Amino acid sequence: MLDRDTVNHVAQLAYLALDDEESSEMRLQLAQILDLFESLSLLQTDQVEPTARVIPLELPLRDDEVKPSLSQDQVLQNAPRIEDGHIVVPAVLTDS
Amino acid sequence: MDANSFRTVIGLEVHVQLNTESKMFCSCSSGYADSEPNTLVCPVCLGMPGVLPVVNRIAVENTLLTGLALGCQIASESKFDRKNYAYPDLMKWYQISQYDMPLCGRGSLKISLDDRDKQIGITRVHLEEDTAKMIHGESKVGHKISLIDANRSGVPLMEIVSDPDMTSPEEARAYLTTLRNILLYLDVSTANMQDGAFRCDANISVWPVGIDTGDVKVEIKNMNSFRAVFKALAFEEERQSEVWVKTGQPPEQETRGWVEASGETVSQRSKEYAHDYRYFPEPDLPPLKVTDQLISSLRNAMPELPDSIYKRLIEHCELRSSDALQLIDDRPLLLFFDEAVNEYAQPQRLANWMLNNFVQELRDSETDLASNPVTPQRFVELLQLEDDGHINSKMTAELLRRMVTSGKSAKELVAETGGQITDDDELQKMVAKIIKDNPQAVADFRAGKKQAAGFLVGQVMKATKGRANPGMVNKRIGKELGL
Amino acid sequence: MTAHEASGLLRNREISSVELTEAVLERIGQVEPNLGAHISVTSDLAMKQANAADLAIQEGVVHSLCGIPIGLKDVLSTADVETTCGSRMLEGFVPPFDATVVGKLRGIGAVFTGKLNLDEFAMGSSTENSAFHVTKNPWDLTRVPGGSSGGSAAAVASYECMVSLGSDTGGSIRQPASFCGVVGVKPTYGRVSRFGLVAFASSLDQIGPIARDVEDAAILLEAISGGDSNDSTSLHVEVPNYCEVLGRSIEGLRVGVPVEYFGSGLDDDVKELVLKAIDQLADLGAEVVDVSLPHTEYALATYYLLAPAEASANLARYNGVKYGYSNLESVDVSDMMASSRARGFGEEVKRRIMLGTYALSAGYYDSYYLKAQKVRTLIRSDFDEVFQNVDLLAAPVSPSVAFSLGDRIDDPYEMYMSDAMTIPASMAGIAGLSVPCGFAEGLPVGLQMLGPALSEPTLLQAAYAYEQEAKILFKAPSLDV
Ligand SMILES: [Mg+2]
Ligand SMILES: [Zn+2]
Repeated sequence: MLDRDTVNHVAQLAYLALDDEESSEMRLQLAQILDLFESLSLLQTDQVEPTARVIPLELPLRDDEVKPSLSQDQVLQNAPRIEDGHIVVPAVLTDS
Repeated sequence: MDANSFRTVIGLEVHVQLNTESKMFCSCSSGYADSEPNTLVCPVCLGMPGVLPVVNRIAVENTLLTGLALGCQIASESKFDRKNYAYPDLMKWYQISQYDMPLCGRGSLKISLDDRDKQIGITRVHLEEDTAKMIHGESKVGHKISLIDANRSGVPLMEIVSDPDMTSPEEARAYLTTLRNILLYLDVSTANMQDGAFRCDANISVWPVGIDTGDVKVEIKNMNSFRAVFKALAFEEERQSEVWVKTGQPPEQETRGWVEASGETVSQRSKEYAHDYRYFPEPDLPPLKVTDQLISSLRNAMPELPDSIYKRLIEHCELRSSDALQLIDDRPLLLFFDEAVNEYAQPQRLANWMLNNFVQELRDSETDLASNPVTPQRFVELLQLEDDGHINSKMTAELLRRMVTSGKSAKELVAETGGQITDDDELQKMVAKIIKDNPQAVADFRAGKKQAAGFLVGQVMKATKGRANPGMVNKRIGKELGL
Repeated sequence: MTAHEASGLLRNREISSVELTEAVLERIGQVEPNLGAHISVTSDLAMKQANAADLAIQEGVVHSLCGIPIGLKDVLSTADVETTCGSRMLEGFVPPFDATVVGKLRGIGAVFTGKLNLDEFAMGSSTENSAFHVTKNPWDLTRVPGGSSGGSAAAVASYECMVSLGSDTGGSIRQPASFCGVVGVKPTYGRVSRFGLVAFASSLDQIGPIARDVEDAAILLEAISGGDSNDSTSLHVEVPNYCEVLGRSIEGLRVGVPVEYFGSGLDDDVKELVLKAIDQLADLGAEVVDVSLPHTEYALATYYLLAPAEASANLARYNGVKYGYSNLESVDVSDMMASSRARGFGEEVKRRIMLGTYALSAGYYDSYYLKAQKVRTLIRSDFDEVFQNVDLLAAPVSPSVAFSLGDRIDDPYEMYMSDAMTIPASMAGIAGLSVPCGFAEGLPVGLQMLGPALSEPTLLQAAYAYEQEAKILFKAPSLDV
């Protein structure tokens, strides 16, 4: 059920450049793990609410106050490519 | 297929930057307009490893306020979700947004077009975060690069989605201007399109009349002004009906970009695969409970909105409709009017002076309402001077000009130069002098040139620097000339 | 010597923090080549902090962790100190901020001796998935220390630090603590701020202490607990004095023994030791009853859906743009990002990103992700129900003792099975700990105790009572190979 195209599609979604060998190994391992999930389909859960969070907390809201930001140097400190105070990437094709 | 037998379906998606002090999920300033790049950035809005979001209360309240203004169903429980997509300007590679439980659900917005009202359905209003800004350019060694400035990353964005209820570019334009005004009156955003504080994407489908409209939609992006939205939709309406005429088939479902320079939309066939945002509940943020208490306090704090202002101006102040709309379109001007009309019983006369002379004087002196010295009280004082006969209308116009530039009040200026001259004896003397000094004009008049009388009146006015009461001068000149 | 013993000596000026820190650093120098528990040793920082601690001690009242050498799992953000998460992706990455827990410890004068090894981004159960090197089990250098906090457990066990911090998403504190013969606590979800803990699975991650005895664990837990305005999922409830309860009798405490944890997969040696420990709890006056957690068998599958799903989003930000590994040769932006991720991440991380992306993607969401969230509800209700009748649960931590290096690394499925007994509690967000309960084949075995949300005092009280009774003397494993 987990075909090559699906694996490649998921790899694209996840932005992981996999070569053919990695992709087919990944397919086998994922398939094995997905088998593990089959057990879940046996469980009747129609009446069950999903749990996204375990602790019944309410969202705290922050006051709208400005606090100091990092310095520009700190922001750029770990960036692989920088120029003129900016983070740089290879050209992103614009639409026009 | 006949090119006229089509109907158009338009839905609009508007993203509004909320004018909060700090960002959506961190305490960096959201005022990035004139900032140096990457100076309003912290680990949170840079998406560093290990950071967590904390929600800005005012962003939530402003979204709820907008929802209330649009008559939306307000959620009693709302939540945030992660919207996954991979783009270099999105720092975490997911946007914290709202998926199936937005703060505000169904509502509607009334637009007026050709004296006809129409309700446009609002699908939802939700809260999310803005991305970083990208500039496309060249590196110092000539490589094509994109530059990222994260100052905008994490600024609160409110998304307002309409139902596909609009049937023409005109209606779409009316929707946008009406919506924008509401946002301005709520004071939740600058709603400035040029600055990117108000952005609009449109979905438009054109279908032959008689065929049920399916869900093929063309999405249009890159429209940076209301004019652009209007033109892009008009262009698209035409293009899509042509496709129908030529092929008998619906136009392809796609995203198209508006190109201002060429005045057309072009396909944005990107190499991206179909969107799969993989939404799931944001585990870093518990659900948001919206209490009745909060809603009622927001309701109480709700400012007066354009619709009811219009009603008030028409019914209570008896203004001309066009004047009322002009005032509503300029919120500072309306506030000025409201303050002035409290102390002045002739609203239409007030509106005339404001919308004609005052607006022009402000433009000429390149100042705006906020920074010029004429207060509503001084404005009323000026009009009352004329009402009481102390000045004539010419003087009113002149005094207004000088009030704007000098910062003095009308009374102060009148005290300097004197008021209207209404003293019969004084006017008599002046008229006599003018008649004496202008024998040619008198002769012309006698020879039948009636306009010479006007010239003589003008000379009197000129000699008195406009202060003479023009009616009295008229009468006096007529008498002297034996009319 | 434990941290609380050392603290006494420091305050009596019998030793100085500088001496203590020097001794620890020397020990690291000796054993590290064989053990590999560290990713980086922060000697300069440690000596500076030790000096400052000595001054503070001279001046007066200090926290009991002042001057104590502490190791940090390298998934905790440390200002100006490289934070790698055991990944090529973050090699050389120096964050500009402290995790909340790191800031707290810094504030009370703790001494940071180093960043400890882990499975890359905390994904694994053996610390073999670190991009840099494997960590070995100090009791047997051919065995794994467990994971993902393997470095944190091994360092404490081998005296490379007095106590350490780990993080637990599906058992990553309890399992290595069990494998290395130390105490490890996974606090209630929300008890400890996650701000600055590099996220693996946000709805499961918790930071917790690893120590050589229960008292040290209690001290460290108290120091790092509490609500945090930077973490919207942290609990703003008062932090109890965890040491106060130590030494209180557990007479009448109701201890449940979940039958599902004693099934066929469990090694006999381990089973025997754990049952013996439960008997000892009974000897101490606890009331022991059998209970059932019927959905236990589904926890593993649920976990391996939900955790990777969250991880796939949490790890999306590593794309070669703002920080971290970047393919500098690439001139196409999409290729740059995809290849940076392909090269920067290790196999296990990629596997889980793929798994999570798949589980969330259109068409699979309902049958996988949503289904797993619903089963998660069932697992939680199991615990809710048993905790109506018992105060805590006692069970094994892992079905076996530490396995051999390389044994399971090529079989992700087998590796995942080793977490089957720690995952359910993580899914429910409840509190748990592992305390040593003996040795099988010369390797440590841990007793797992689980309690409802915020039951840390009860858990520590019971673990302490057991520890005092069982007197399993912690002996420094010999590393002279
Ligand atoms: Mg949006
Ligand atoms: Zn920020």
